[in-house]
Amino acid sequence: MLGILTIQDFIHGPIETFGQLTVVGGALAVIALLFYFRRWKWLWNEWLTSLDPKKIGIMYIVLAIVMILRGGIDAMMMRGQQADLLGGGTDLLSPDHFAQIFTAHGVIMILFVAMPVVFGLINLIVPLQIGARDVAFPFLNATSLWLTISGAMLLNVSLVIGSFAATGWLAYPPLSELQYSPGVGVDYYIWSLQIAGIGSLISSVNFIATIIKMRAPGMTMMRMPIFCWTALNSMILVLFAFPILTVTLAMLSLDRTIGMHFFTTDLGGNAMMYVNLIWAWGHPEVYILMLPMFGVFSEIVPVFSQKKLFGYTSMVVATILITFLSYVVWVHHFFTMGAGADVNAFFGIATMAISIPTGVKIFNWLFTMFRGRITFSTPMLWFMGFVFTFTLGGMTGVMLAVPGIDFQLHNSLFLVAHFHNMVIGGVLFGFFAAFTYWFPKVTGFTLNERIGTWAFWMWILGFTLAFVPLYILGVMGMTRRLYNVDIMSQWHPLLVLAAIGAGTIGIALALQIIQVIVSIIQRKDHMTHDPWNGRTLEWLTPTPVPVYNFAVVPHVHGRDALWMIKQGSLQALHTYEDIELPKNTYLGLAIAACSFAFGFGMVWHMWWLSLLGIVCIPVVVIIRSFESEIDYIIPAREVETLDKKNI
Amino acid sequence: MKTLHKITLFLLVSSTVIGLFVWFAHAGTFDVLQAKGLVAQEESSLIFYVVTLLLIVAIPVFGLAIFFAWHYRARNTKAVYMPNWEHSNIDELVWWAIPIEIILVLGALTWISTHELDPHRSLAIKGTPLQVQVVALNWKWLFIYPEYGIGSVNLLEFPVGKQVNFGITSDAPMNSFWIPQLGGQIYAMTGMVTSLHLVADTVGSYNGVSANYSGDGFAKMKFTAKAVSQSDFDAWVQEVRQSPYLLNTDTYPPLAAPAVANVIYYGSVDKDMFNSIVTKFVPLGSMQQMNTHQ
Repeated sequence: MLGILTIQDFIHGPIETFGQLTVVGGALAVIALLFYFRRWKWLWNEWLTSLDPKKIGIMYIVLAIVMILRGGIDAMMMRGQQADLLGGGTDLLSPDHFAQIFTAHGVIMILFVAMPVVFGLINLIVPLQIGARDVAFPFLNATSLWLTISGAMLLNVSLVIGSFAATGWLAYPPLSELQYSPGVGVDYYIWSLQIAGIGSLISSVNFIATIIKMRAPGMTMMRMPIFCWTALNSMILVLFAFPILTVTLAMLSLDRTIGMHFFTTDLGGNAMMYVNLIWAWGHPEVYILMLPMFGVFSEIVPVFSQKKLFGYTSMVVATILITFLSYVVWVHHFFTMGAGADVNAFFGIATMAISIPTGVKIFNWLFTMFRGRITFSTPMLWFMGFVFTFTLGGMTGVMLAVPGIDFQLHNSLFLVAHFHNMVIGGVLFGFFAAFTYWFPKVTGFTLNERIGTWAFWMWILGFTLAFVPLYILGVMGMTRRLYNVDIMSQWHPLLVLAAIGAGTIGIALALQIIQVIVSIIQRKDHMTHDPWNGRTLEWLTPTPVPVYNFAVVPHVHGRDALWMIKQGSLQALHTYEDIELPKNTYLGLAIAACSFAFGFGMVWHMWWLSLLGIVCIPVVVIIRSFESEIDYIIPAREVETLDKKNI
Repeated sequence: MKTLHKITLFLLVSSTVIGLFVWFAHAGTFDVLQAKGLVAQEESSLIFYVVTLLLIVAIPVFGLAIFFAWHYRARNTKAVYMPNWEHSNIDELVWWAIPIEIILVLGALTWISTHELDPHRSLAIKGTPLQVQVVALNWKWLFIYPEYGIGSVNLLEFPVGKQVNFGITSDAPMNSFWIPQLGGQIYAMTGMVTSLHLVADTVGSYNGVSANYSGDGFAKMKFTAKAVSQSDFDAWVQEVRQSPYLLNTDTYPPLAAPAVANVIYYGSVDKDMFNSIVTKFVPLGSMQQMNTHQ
């Protein structure tokens, strides 16, 4: 009945127990608050069953914020361990626990922070920017949110029941095979990624269709805001890359559950096939995260420079080139595999080629600032932070792309510093910029600039302190993933410095939370709907954005559609029509719940639970297909009344 | 805060940070740059060339970013303001061309250096090379000297100035064989043999590590690479031969069992030991097939 689950799987050491209590306590606290404020019905009707992309976007971002706290605590524990925080060479974490933490840190930050951030922003902003009232497949969209959340929940459950993978975030075999990882950790890894990955895949279908088919009249492809272009390219990458992840993980799970030999050391298995496949997904994944952030900066720089974006066409071409090139560089993650010089040189040069379109983008942003009138609100500060950190990270990236250099720096802390440079400086700073920039669109008030500026400088300081030492340590020959470093070694002082940096980043994150709280307290009753003097259509809508986005679908006559309306070159139309919108449904949530049950059953060999879960999914889909009344209509007159009230 | 105060604070903080880096790093040895062998020397000079080339792009970017941000700030109403300037063929051509040219140069450098530094390639050094077979075990390194029929664990000794040809495999999760001061790393994988050619120019003891995570004992999976004179090496071979420990199919399994180990010498190693470790994962049937193909 319970598969291989025993009472022992709940009992851990003191630090894990603290983690268990946090997860369980947090969940109980949320439930208690919901009872206390009698918000169950509100939660169900307004959020859990909603198909509104604006709400789905917010839920993605809430997920990302919850998960970044866990991933951040993991990071601080690792830094504490390597810096010998307890003193006297006593280890805070056992080798196995340390390995679980660095694995979880990577998985969480990439798949459950950065990915939800990307999907959250796309959900919130893309329909508004292209002048659409909804997305193409709202039910699919909600389902993918709940699949992502159930993947994240499965990962968090591993903190309470059993353990997580201790293999590194890509779970290379043979280490991740039964022979070397007999526990349930890798199974948790496989199924949390698998479920969330399928969520991402179906979401990409939705947004590709939305962007291609649902643009407002006159919004040709070459008039779309760059954020929509980058979102489109990012989703195309998801569409082609995520099936590789699905298949790769499926093969690994076949190895582990029914004794196949795709990647085992014996009976003809070959682990390097896995390494190739996982990076054929893993490298495009990096650009899936990065491209939308390029889009974010392409929105922010013109607005805060009060000037048109320079080189729109170049930006589009560069985005498409990056999309294409990101599929032909995966081998640079393992030049040290021993492939021949021709292969390594090809992939090295292809990797460097990506820096051409990326460099053009940076020049275009800088020349958007040129002859502008720049105000340094916090989104623009994040952009400046991005230019410096990202250029530095790009440089070290090109260094690592030269195989001869990579042989010396691969898997060292230099590499760790490099990709944090890209992911923090690029994706995370991009998210902070986007969060500050679009926050008033969602809530009606701007974030406190003063605390935001402090948080920014704390981030820059913390980032420098945390990662420059890692670059130096890499050149000293320190490899990554060491649970124990001798305190007498020459590495120790720099590791202490890096730990101080991690602490500083912790303070910066705390400041950001304080920033949000203070801003909520200080907000004015009057809602602002266009605080930055925006140029694109999302700022045309009133705040809070009505469920139908646009009472009258705007007609677009050029780039920066709202800017043209503001210049008076366009007359806003005022003919109202009936608006059709999707009704709420709990079935997306149900599919995700079944998937969770399936995944949990697979981890613990509770086959009946897995079978139940996998059978219920098509049943739910069939139930959905029989629902005929899935839309509701807001009559034109009601739209008019609502719209007049908003104006 | 006044601008002057802001700038002072910024300069103070940043100089403190830079000072900390210099102070904490000055006593350290930069293994990757302080090369003690031909391969590592070429790799570190490659780092130097590439960084120089990259700075040609990076410095203007940093400079432009600072200058534009300062000069075109909203308060500076004297600066030119052209809100509709959005395109210029010549300008865009320039910044497509600059990175393309840099990458052309870098690409040529990459193509040439990748072939020169191909780990499969024998080094241009006179004299017969020393053969060493390397097996990554959980969590220790086994070195077999087939020409001498001896072996050692976690200690790799070899004559200075002589090319060492490594054949590397694994009987454990994937590891990476790396002696930073002598040259770049290569993976150690089960059922496969990778090759690496290194040489030491100076007598000395160098750190050897695994660079790919392989489980609980990974952090302790270290060895010493000791470059000695030819006569010292010959003496060492004699010393190892005196060791009572033998490595054969009976004594191998306890050695391969997961544990961290100290230095062990094997006075005698079975002739076929390395091959049997490499081929143990291949099913019997396909083994015969492989033989017929050859």
